[in-house]
Amino acid sequence: MTFSEFLKTNTVLLDGGMGTPLQEKGLVPGELPERWNLTHPDEIVAIHKAYFEAGSHVVSANTFGANSLKFASEELDAVVCAAVTHAKTARDAFGGDRYVALDIGPTGKLLKPLGDLDFEDAVSVFAETVKLGDRYGVDLILIETMNDAYETKAALLAARENSELPILVTNAYGADGKLMTGANPAAMVALLEGMGADAVGLNCSLGPKDLRGVVNALLEVSSVPLVVKPNAGLPRSENGKTVFDVSAEAFAREMADFVRAGVRVVGGCCGTTPEYICALRKAVEGLPPAPITDKARTVISSYTHAVEFGAAPILIGERINPTGKKRFKEALLAGDMDYILGEGIRQADKGVHVLDVNVGLPGIDEVSVLTRTVCELQAILSLPLQIDTSDVQAMEAALRRYNGKALINSVNGKAESMAAVFPLMKKYGGVAVALTLDENGIPDSAEGRVAIAKKILDTAASYGISGKDILFDPLAMTVSADGNAARVTLDSLRRIRTELSGKTSLGVSNVSFGLPARDVVNGAFFLMALENGLSAAIMNPHSAEMMKAYYAYNALNGQDPNCASYIAHADSFLAVTSLAPVATASVDDGKTALQTAILRGLKEQAARETAVLLEKEEPLTIVETEIIPALNTVGEGFEKKTVYLPQLLMSAEAAKAAFDGIKAHMQKHTAETNEGKEIFVLATVQGDIHDIGKNIVKLLLENYGFAVLDLGRDVAPEQIVETVVRHQAPLCGLSALMTTTVPAMEETIRQLRQKAPFCRVIVGGAVLTEEYARKIGADAYAKDAMGAVRYAESMLKKN
Amino acid sequence: MDTGVYVKAYDAPALSRRDILRYAGCREETPEVAALLGTCLRETAECFSYRVCFCRMPITGDGELLDFGVFSLRSKDLSKALLGCDSVFLFLATVGISLDSLIARYSKTSPARACLLQAIGTERIESLCDAFCRDMAAESGGEVCSRFSPGYGDLPLTVQKDVFSVLDPGRRIGVYLNESLLMVPTKSVTAFVGIRENGNRGVK
Repeated sequence: MTFSEFLKTNTVLLDGGMGTPLQEKGLVPGELPERWNLTHPDEIVAIHKAYFEAGSHVVSANTFGANSLKFASEELDAVVCAAVTHAKTARDAFGGDRYVALDIGPTGKLLKPLGDLDFEDAVSVFAETVKLGDRYGVDLILIETMNDAYETKAALLAARENSELPILVTNAYGADGKLMTGANPAAMVALLEGMGADAVGLNCSLGPKDLRGVVNALLEVSSVPLVVKPNAGLPRSENGKTVFDVSAEAFAREMADFVRAGVRVVGGCCGTTPEYICALRKAVEGLPPAPITDKARTVISSYTHAVEFGAAPILIGERINPTGKKRFKEALLAGDMDYILGEGIRQADKGVHVLDVNVGLPGIDEVSVLTRTVCELQAILSLPLQIDTSDVQAMEAALRRYNGKALINSVNGKAESMAAVFPLMKKYGGVAVALTLDENGIPDSAEGRVAIAKKILDTAASYGISGKDILFDPLAMTVSADGNAARVTLDSLRRIRTELSGKTSLGVSNVSFGLPARDVVNGAFFLMALENGLSAAIMNPHSAEMMKAYYAYNALNGQDPNCASYIAHADSFLAVTSLAPVATASVDDGKTALQTAILRGLKEQAARETAVLLEKEEPLTIVETEIIPALNTVGEGFEKKTVYLPQLLMSAEAAKAAFDGIKAHMQKHTAETNEGKEIFVLATVQGDIHDIGKNIVKLLLENYGFAVLDLGRDVAPEQIVETVVRHQAPLCGLSALMTTTVPAMEETIRQLRQKAPFCRVIVGGAVLTEEYARKIGADAYAKDAMGAVRYAESMLKKN
Repeated sequence: MDTGVYVKAYDAPALSRRDILRYAGCREETPEVAALLGTCLRETAECFSYRVCFCRMPITGDGELLDFGVFSLRSKDLSKALLGCDSVFLFLATVGISLDSLIARYSKTSPARACLLQAIGTERIESLCDAFCRDMAAESGGEVCSRFSPGYGDLPLTVQKDVFSVLDPGRRIGVYLNESLLMVPTKSVTAFVGIRENGNRGVK
């Protein structure tokens, strides 16, 4: 019987810990246990035999840390070959259904953006081990002890791409019920089931009792068999020896409870021995294997949490999209990632549950820009993303890199569309927004749209994709063009829900196109759609009417206990308060109200005072007589050490708030842009992901009126050079925090000298000194942000 | 001697506002800084997970050479710090990774807030190390020296590689070493703490 067949009808017993018996046999801390496959073959075979004898159906070959980061390729091959051979040798002594698993543990490195291992490099590392295990004939793959969602994805992807074997995936959850990098059980189940893991679960960390909460959470959401492989409790030192605090009997008792509750694959991790597995076998013998039920949840996830469709309505923020937005287009073309991220942060602050990400623009390399945007957003926000593109290559690249199970926008009833999108969904997981249109266009009746929905469901099924992973969009059409348009959409929503048990999504605001005061119509239509069963809306969270409708609907529909959310947001529903300055705000001696706000670092007050001043004064007068003098006071204070860093930054942020008000005012009255200004290009060099210092420099430069083009962090020399040349930028600032990335800085300077001799280069960052800066060929060194400002002032005209 | 590696979880140690301001490079707490610091402290109230993994190692050695059994190193300054000790606790403490994500986010929108969050993180990890060392002093029964970290004096950061191979902290408490020998989560500390048992001369 193959392992897959065995798993279908049995409760599966795995083995226990490998580390504990190895230490008993003399392995010392710091020694690589996998090397023992070559040096101590008899000991390894003996451990496997003891587990089979105790009752394990599956033993894991001693390959937990066998990867190319720890072993050179020749030794890795020998280690995996020997490990698999030893497990098989042990198995040969036993008959019946016994299996050998390739054991894959973490690489020992943390992936970007938190660490420095690239996702694709991690996939390659795992791929090498998977290929070896597959070649030497294991029966299944066990990916275990993963404490980061992204690394888990890399391992599972490598396993799926390089083998047809069944794959079990278990994560190490902490006492808080989450992985080290924040994922909860529901997020991991969404990610792993989406990518086709055959069984999922947990191992290591704690004893069975302390993992009960995680087991229950997994049981609630999982639609595949569940694996539980805890430690024998916690280790403690007793008479100079390490002992674990849960006995074999107590362990077995707790585990049998899990099996009764529905867990199908059981074993032990640190501290468990053949004695534990023997006790476990006795405790679960005769218990009927629980049936595996499809929980039919329509769910997407980020690297921390899952978002489910079908209960309370889900808001998908639509603002990361260049369509009709001049400033956004400018930012995309210039590679100004911070502007794009800012759109994400502002929507997250408004309470959306998902962010749509669309960066499609003629003349843009969508594959790289979409992927980069997805990665940068995930570095700072934990909301799940909706990958929105019509470019199939860009979609695949982004889905591959996305940390979680993404929402995909979109597929439709055209054969070509489904043939492109469904294979990607099958491989990377995801929920697809399915538009009810096909080769014949958009049907003008609900029947027509429901028929296309059915066709999409059937085609998805032929790819092995379940209906729960489809979110139908029956298309909101413009009511000003066709008075019946909204009605058809609403009927379609209701019928998809009742006839197909389908979940739905709508781009709500299309309905009001061409009408005045569109927000009013959008809010009303949103409410009607919700009442007809709409599960999610792609919308603008800055729209007051939409947000009012959302909170009111939840309160009225019993989805907002004690109306708490409604009450918490009620203030924002009321009319905007007047612009009058707060009467009680005190003003410092000899300073104006705006200057006081900047000096004290009060953002809101600075914005308010600026708005008041703009009613009677010219924008540039405000800059020259109010903002710049205040900034100078702060800057000089910082240089004299009477003002400290937090105050300097708070003042800079307040000044930025004032500038933002002035810019918005000027854009209303003139077409003020950065065109014609001399540009200061700023970047953290390739390989370096530390950008706090660079962001401070940017903020201060902008305060002082310079046009800054920020390329972000980890930027290739070629991209920096290309940008400098394109904008004929006279100044370029480079930042590096790590010694290892200074060579990248030096290389960037070398290329700039070659292709942009007109550009002066100023460098800064923790590892640099005046002398070092000169050595790598920079024109100047900035010891802090004010230093960069002073240099820029000496080099550039501001406007 | 039990040279096994153990993990200890801690509740939040007592917080020092003064230290936070000092780490932020701020010698004067204006009302505005105080207000922002208050906001940051509220935001980080649930964000830390205080954990330490550690082992005890015997030391033998002479002059600059220190042999811990599982690895050895040369350092004049560490030898001086461990003078008279015959064993040492090697530990790695961390306050977890949530703060790093928060700092990444605020560095985009509010550098002032990012700066204070950095300082809070530094204060938290230092307080955790102090709490751990106090515990070790109580448990070991001997006299505990002040902690000494890779990067201090002539003890190079490359020692981190040995520390990580002994403690295996990625699996145990989720701490990793990057190519520049910096730790992630960034608010993590490794250190040696010597123990002098009464009447014993240990390291010479």
